Order: sequence, then C-alpha cells, then structure tokens
Amino acid sequence: MDEKKKQNKNKDKKITRRDVIKGLATLPIAGAVVYGAYKKRHYEKALNRTIADELGMSHIQPEVAPVKSGGKEIRIGLIGFGIRGKQLAKGLGFVHPAEIDEWLAGTQANKNDTRYSDFLAQEDLNIKITAVCDIFDTYGQMAREAAANVHRQGTGGKLEELPERYLNYRELIASPDVDAVIIATPDHWHGPMTIEAARVGKHIYCEKPMSWSVEETYEMRKEVKGNNVVFQLGHQGRQTDAYGKAREALEKEILGPVNLVEVTTNRNDPNGAWVYPIHEDANRNTIDWEQFIGQAPWHEFSLERFFRWRCWWDYSTGLSGDLLTHEYDAVNQIMRIGIPKSAMSTGGIYFYKDGRTVPDVLTTVFEFPDKDLSMVYSATLSSQMSRGKRIMGHDAYMELGNTITIYPDPGSTRYADKIGKNILKPDVPMYSYFPGKKDVDAVTSATELYFADRGLLYTYRGGKRMDTTHLHLKEWIDCIRSGGTPSCDVDQAFEEAMTAHMGTLSYLHKKQVRWNAEKETILI
Amino acid sequence: MNLKNKNYSGNQLVWLVILRIAIGWHFLYEGLVKVLDPGWSSIGYLLDSQGFLSSFFHSMAANPEVLSTVDFLNQWGLVLIGLGLMLGALTRWAAYAGMLLMAFYYVSHPPFIGITYILPTEGNYLLVDKVLIEFCALGVLSIFPTGRYVGLDRFLFKRKQ
Repeated sequence: MDEKKKQNKNKDKKITRRDVIKGLATLPIAGAVVYGAYKKRHYEKALNRTIADELGMSHIQPEVAPVKSGGKEIRIGLIGFGIRGKQLAKGLGFVHPAEIDEWLAGTQANKNDTRYSDFLAQEDLNIKITAVCDIFDTYGQMAREAAANVHRQGTGGKLEELPERYLNYRELIASPDVDAVIIATPDHWHGPMTIEAARVGKHIYCEKPMSWSVEETYEMRKEVKGNNVVFQLGHQGRQTDAYGKAREALEKEILGPVNLVEVTTNRNDPNGAWVYPIHEDANRNTIDWEQFIGQAPWHEFSLERFFRWRCWWDYSTGLSGDLLTHEYDAVNQIMRIGIPKSAMSTGGIYFYKDGRTVPDVLTTVFEFPDKDLSMVYSATLSSQMSRGKRIMGHDAYMELGNTITIYPDPGSTRYADKIGKNILKPDVPMYSYFPGKKDVDAVTSATELYFADRGLLYTYRGGKRMDTTHLHLKEWIDCIRSGGTPSCDVDQAFEEAMTAHMGTLSYLHKKQVRWNAEKETILI
Repeated sequence: MNLKNKNYSGNQLVWLVILRIAIGWHFLYEGLVKVLDPGWSSIGYLLDSQGFLSSFFHSMAANPEVLSTVDFLNQWGLVLIGLGLMLGALTRWAAYAGMLLMAFYYVSHPPFIGITYILPTEGNYLLVDKVLIEFCALGVLSIFPTGRYVGLDRFLFKRKQ
C-alpha cells in the first residue's frame, strides 16, 4: 500500500508533456512583448539618429566654468542695496541674516523650499565686500550686515567686521579698499558711476540697461576701454545654457533663412509693473533725496518716485530699457544681430493710470535690412499670457525660453523630403533641449515640455540647480582674476543701450528713428 | 463547476488567462520602456501628485536618494509583476504586488472632484479611473489564480498539488 502511494506521488511529481505545454503556453507572448519593446525602442532611436544626423547638433552639455576662486581676494564695493542689489549680493554669497531666517522658516514649513540649501551650495567666490553705499539709511545698514554675514547664518549667527558704509558713491569708488564696484542703482545713475569708476581703474559690474541717455553711452564705452577695466553688463541671461544651444542651432542653419523674430514681455501684477512697496522707515530724513535726483530734473521729495522710480522717464528707461533689453540681449547673443537700422514704437499708458510717464503697453519693430530680418517686441503689463521668444525660419521654427523646441515648417525646402517620408512631422518637435536632462533627444512629449517650462526638469536630480545671476557675477570675477573678456562686455552693452534708446526715442517722438552706423548716431 | 476547488470551466479559464496576459503585457511593457530609457525618472509624475498624500509623494521627488530608489523599484517592479502575470509564475503574489503599485498610483493621483492633473493627459474620470479598474482586475486575478493551469506555477506548485 505504502509503495503504491509512493509510486503515485512520484507520478505526480513527474513532469508530463501536457505540463510543459500548459506551463509554458504564455512564454511566447512574454517573448513577443520583450521583442516588441526592443523593436519600438530601436525604431525611435533610429529616428532620433536620422534627425540628429540631419541637424548635426552636438550632444555637449554646457558645464560650469572651472573654479578660479584661488588667488587674490577681490574687494568689492556695492552701490545700491534695493531689490536688485540684494539679489546681486546673494549671487556673490552675501545675504542679510533676516532673509536667511525667512528661508529657514520656509524650509521648515515646506521641505521643497530649498532656497537655503541652494545658497549654501553656491560656490565661494573668494571675494570680500569692503564697502557699501545706499542713500536710504535702512538699506545702507542692511547692506553692511549682509556683507558681514560671511558664514551665511541667520539672526544671532556670527558676523565678521561690518564694512564701511559710504554716504556718497564717489567716496566708495575712490576708496583704496575697493578693487571693483557693483552698480545696482536707478538707470540714471549707471552712466555717471560707470564713468567715474572706470577713470580710477575700478572694474565694473553694471546692472542693465547700460545707460539712461544716448550721450553718456559713448563716454561710458570710451572710459571702460581706455582704462582697461573689466566691464560686465547685468544680463544674466548670458548664462542660460539653452541660449548657447540655440546659437548652435542658428549657426548650423537648422532653421533656414530667418526673417522674423518675435520677443515679448507679459506681466500682470503691481510688482511686475514696478509698483514696489514703500519701506516704512523711509522719509525725508532717512533718504538723501538730492543725491537720488542726480542728473534728473528736479522734483520735490516723493516716496513713490524713490521706490517706484521705474515708472518715470526722469530716472528710468521704461519697458525698452528694463525689459526689452533682456529679450534683445538674448537674441543678440544667439544671432549676433547688432544695432538695428531703424526702430518704430507705439504704445501708451493704458492700464496703470497712476501718474507714471512710461508706457505699460509697447510694441516696437526693429529692422535689420542687412540681415533680411525684422524683430518685433511686444509688451504688456496687464496680461500674463505667456509667450516665448519665437525665431521663425523658412525651414523650421524655434520656441525659446529656458528650453528649446524646434518644429519643422510644413513649407520647408530643406526638410521637404523628410516630411514627405514621415520622418519629420510638422506638429512634432524635431529637436528639443532641456538643460540638465541626461539625454538630448529629438522625439519628446508635450508633458516633458510642460515640466521643463516650469523649471521642474533640471531642478533635483543629480545635477545642481544654478542661479544665473551668480554665474554671471562669477564670470566677471573670473575675468578680473584671469584677464578675459566677460560675455556681456562693453561692446555688447553698447549695442543693447543704443537699441533700447532707439525704441524709447521712437515712442517719445512718435516716428521711426534710424541708426547711422558710420557715425554711430541715432537719427530722429 | 466547483470554484472552491478552482476547477474552472473551459471558458472561464480562457478569459481569466486572457485577462492575466493582458495586464501582464501592460505591466511588462511599461516596465521595459522605463528600464530601456536611461533618462527616465518618476520625478515628473511624483511632482504632479495632488490630494491628501501629495506632500508624501513630493518629498520622494525632492530627495535624490529616495527618488532613485523609487525609480528602481517602480521600473523593475513593473517588469517582474508583468513577467509573473504573463508567465503565470507566483501569480497570486504578482497580483498582490500589482495591486499595491496601483494603490500607490491611485492615491498619488486621486481622481477627485476639483483636482486636475498634468499627467495623465487622456480621459476624464470621477473616482473610478483606469488605475482603479486595473487594481480591481488584479483583485479578481488574485482570487481566481490561473498560473497552476496555464503557467509556470504548474511546476512551482506541483508538489503541493
């Protein structure tokens, strides 16, 4: 009996032909999935390769320039500690303890708030802020405390010796403790300060726009060049790596002939329209009003004018100088368009009827006949509808922001064959570039684009998040140490300034203005 | 027909196996796509999370080490669950694991009133979405396993039979 049981058990254990067929029946289907996945992947890769070969784009990702922070410590004088001055100081590695408190609280409330850890990770540039100047007492004191916060700590942390606060910028520039100055003042002070600093051989980082008036622009360039100082204009977009890729695409003529470029500004909040908050400590006694006025026409003391100076031509350059310049400089960086032959602006004060003199809606058309190119700038401060930079070529169209997307044009000559064979599809990008992503591929999804536009793709993984302002300052400091030329040097700045002035002058004179390239003058 | 003894009728067995293969195919392919794409990451999906557990999923995305673990578990989990269902190997465990994964997907992107997502972009749902249906289907497969009839479980569980 036991023997029989055993035999039965053995029989059960025995694998029959039926077992094998039923047991492995689904194996071929699993094989089909794996084979199918491989085929599909292979097809996409081959397609990518075909397009990539056709375009000839490199797969090089820009890297942060090697650290040059060795050598002599550079002593910086900071002029202006308003909104932008604070951001620049942060880019240099100096933040007021109270702001760090805010970041720390932010991190506690929300783990995704990485402002403080990002700041700690920011490279030490081996510099020292030895002098500060702000004509508003509260900002002046804050600038000192920020400059002394070498250890990047919150309130109660260790501060190094507070630098001297100068009441007049001239004394700061003249100080033997200052090697280089950062100018983050209202526009009407950029010229006089740059000229004075260059004359005494101090290196200059000047916020954009380069100048407030046409006349001072020539002298600024002359003094910067004549005195051999390192000048960098504050267009931090020069560090946006997508622009480098865009330039490569243009150089490789992927877009074909480009006849129209459209750049835009869309903002829709008081802050974006320069209606900045007025500090509670501000009054006639805490602000040096006479120094604020400078070369501007005299006006009675006004807190609005002091804090919201961008709203008046007396101190500002309006949309043209403040926001067009960023767009223009990006296009000039990518396409080397130079100063336009003519400019024609229209617009008005249509939304912010708050006493300002600069328009809140502006459209300017710049002509570059030598390059067979028109550039349209259109701006509004009362709609946030997002429009990127659009570079329109006969063969393809490029949308540019922090990312690049290139679509083939249905009427393209160069890609007609590939479009016919369905290798390229007009509604599918033929090239996309997302900074920080490992792979640069030609076939991509709308979702990826959505995330990239919001800066989500290159924030967390592996790669570091870099602040473009920091990189732009770093480039300037590296050039001071090693004697190179910064990317937004005085020649680039000159082109930026003249282009912006042409836009403004056309608006003010209600007529087209022209550029005389030989004499380097604007003809109204 | 005696379901208690898992003696399915011919038609029942055919459809249960088809369902198992279909879900297995879906998992396996989703997994392979991710494994084969070196640039793939779950970061976008995690950051898109909304609803009552969104902060948990966001924190996964924020931490690079956690993120790479999540990526690894997700892509290989999909592959192994897919293979399990497809080949009928450890079928019941594959179904449970698949349900767990679906539950994560569901709570990270609950289709509640007033919530809209970037991902996925297809379809409109109210409480019941495709993830939930796949979860339910896996529930069915875990109760009616077929690996011992058609699949490798025939060998794996031979002794017990």
